[in-house]
Amino acid sequence: MTAKTLFQKVWERHEVVPETPDTPAVLYIDLHLTHEVTSPQAFSVLRERGLKVRRLDRTLATMDHSTPTDTAQIFGGVPIALESAARQIRQLEQNCAEFGVELLGLRDGRRGIVHIIGPELGATQPGKTIVCGDSHTSTHGAFGALAFGIGTTEVGYVLATQCLLQRKPKTLAIEVAGRLGPGVTAKDLVLAIIGRIGVNGGTGHVIEYRGPAIEALSMDGRMTICNMSIEAGARAGMVAPDETTFAYLKDRPRAPQGDAWERAVADWRRLRTDAGAVFDKTFQLDAGAVEPMITYGTNPGMVAPVSGRVPERPGDTVFARALAYMGLQPGESLREKPVQVVFIGSCTNARISDLELAAQVFAGRKVAPGVRALVVPGSQQVKQEAEARGLAQVFIDAGAEWRESGCSMCLGMNGDTVAQGSYCVSTSNRNFEGRQGAGARTLLASPATAAAAAVRGRITDPREFIHGA
Amino acid sequence: MDPITVIRSRTVVMPSTNIDTDQIIPARFLTTTTREGLGSALFADWRYDASGAPRTEFVLNRPEARGCAILVAGRNIGCGSSREHAPWALLDFGFRAVVSTEIADIFRNNSLKNGLLPVVVDEATHDWLLAHPGVELTIDLPSATLRLPDGREVEFPIEAFSRYCLMNGVDELGYLLGQSAAIEAYEGRTG
Repeated sequence: MTAKTLFQKVWERHEVVPETPDTPAVLYIDLHLTHEVTSPQAFSVLRERGLKVRRLDRTLATMDHSTPTDTAQIFGGVPIALESAARQIRQLEQNCAEFGVELLGLRDGRRGIVHIIGPELGATQPGKTIVCGDSHTSTHGAFGALAFGIGTTEVGYVLATQCLLQRKPKTLAIEVAGRLGPGVTAKDLVLAIIGRIGVNGGTGHVIEYRGPAIEALSMDGRMTICNMSIEAGARAGMVAPDETTFAYLKDRPRAPQGDAWERAVADWRRLRTDAGAVFDKTFQLDAGAVEPMITYGTNPGMVAPVSGRVPERPGDTVFARALAYMGLQPGESLREKPVQVVFIGSCTNARISDLELAAQVFAGRKVAPGVRALVVPGSQQVKQEAEARGLAQVFIDAGAEWRESGCSMCLGMNGDTVAQGSYCVSTSNRNFEGRQGAGARTLLASPATAAAAAVRGRITDPREFIHGA
Repeated sequence: MDPITVIRSRTVVMPSTNIDTDQIIPARFLTTTTREGLGSALFADWRYDASGAPRTEFVLNRPEARGCAILVAGRNIGCGSSREHAPWALLDFGFRAVVSTEIADIFRNNSLKNGLLPVVVDEATHDWLLAHPGVELTIDLPSATLRLPDGREVEFPIEAFSRYCLMNGVDELGYLLGQSAAIEAYEGRTG
């Protein structure tokens, strides 16, 4: 039998009709997650064509992108400040009611960022195909699922048929040897990878992250890595499921239970790349050499160690434009650069372990004068857990804002924005021009680096603050 | 979706590499529930200053950009978010094709679904196009070729199925709905 990659195994399990030279494969989708921003036009198409949602049991909606994070607007009866956002939220409520789609709505205790709640509920499982009208759907690949973002037209296709037409992508193995040093996180690792392979290094490929450094990561860390696959151009990133995966999923409400659990785990154990399977491309990296990283430019590939300098690229006008936008000089040291805003949140870094790490830095310290720090948990369940474990109080005592869950300042759709020209150290995934607000200057980093910047008011190596680092 | 056979137009050139979908349409314009009228938000932060006045130096604000249907962009256009609002905004503005050496996967897919033709060309052709803004090009979909003003023809890759859909102005939904027997059989096998 031919040796197969993890990706090939999951792909083949979902071929309703295999591809031919003339036609793409019809690929079955096990789980369709949907939210308020990329679904309204898809529901309109169903309505226009008189179609139903084919599999309500495989469709789950929530609201996160344009949703307020202000407690008063969610629970206090205060109207949602942005009228267009309020309309979009109402539209999702109406669409879900009309078509019968399960919605974890505004005041539901299980609501949150779509890529945080899928795993949290145990709906994200190894070997599944998972799609959502959001590019960070790659997050779910951390469980050995094939998960990728789609556009609104395809959201409509999946609602109506539970299938997509797809050409089989190529495979890219990213093998990470060694082990991350103390105070160095999965976020630093994925930023280092994107810095090396570039923002188009994974285009046309599904990445499989492999090797001892990946196996040593928690599920939260693996999700951070897979989440940012799209920032390297890859629609999907995957990690083979193992004991860490099974321990995370066991007893989650939507995971298989009892005998079904045992059967599922036995099946999931087969989802590993066979010895001798061939990838289209391979890239290798040593985790031990990775330092805390921070971006300095306007895409996630423009990244350097916190202790490093802005590179010099004379004659590169695009590079010069990016630095001009960022207000940085070639050759400038990044450390000690003053910052005005710190955002700890997003589908990349707003799980409980991210908040724990940030709280280690904030504990017994204050947010520096002149800095606004916003901590936005990834879901209402993360929020509750952070409150129960005293992490929320650490943030509040430090002078940070503690919010309801949502995408928030990652993309500034809900009114949580960074002012023109301000520097924001952000645990999110994109530092594109204007991403956090028109003229905002985003510096992507780990929760530890973000928290360290908040308490010092300057770009800081977080290892100064982390126990054991 | 209107059928596409030939697109003949002058080009607008935006040489920046990695033009992401947040530039094509910033997130604050995504709180819409329809797909119409997004052309006014196309490249909003590059087109308008903080007061909302057009930046006259920006290429889309120049008089020669009016009526152009072909956008020639630097390598890796469309990276980032999956927002289909990006091709919707480009189409609403009047573009019918995007030409580059690399086009990001999700944006490429979304463009094909809406009748915005993604045209990937070799570096030499791309360099020439970047250096000659405003030239008249002919993109012929049936033969998948792009014709330069000197008569030179350059082939571009396009998936046969996508080409069929674009040339006939049909979407893939009809095809997928037609697979219902296979889908039912699959569901019967797998639960």
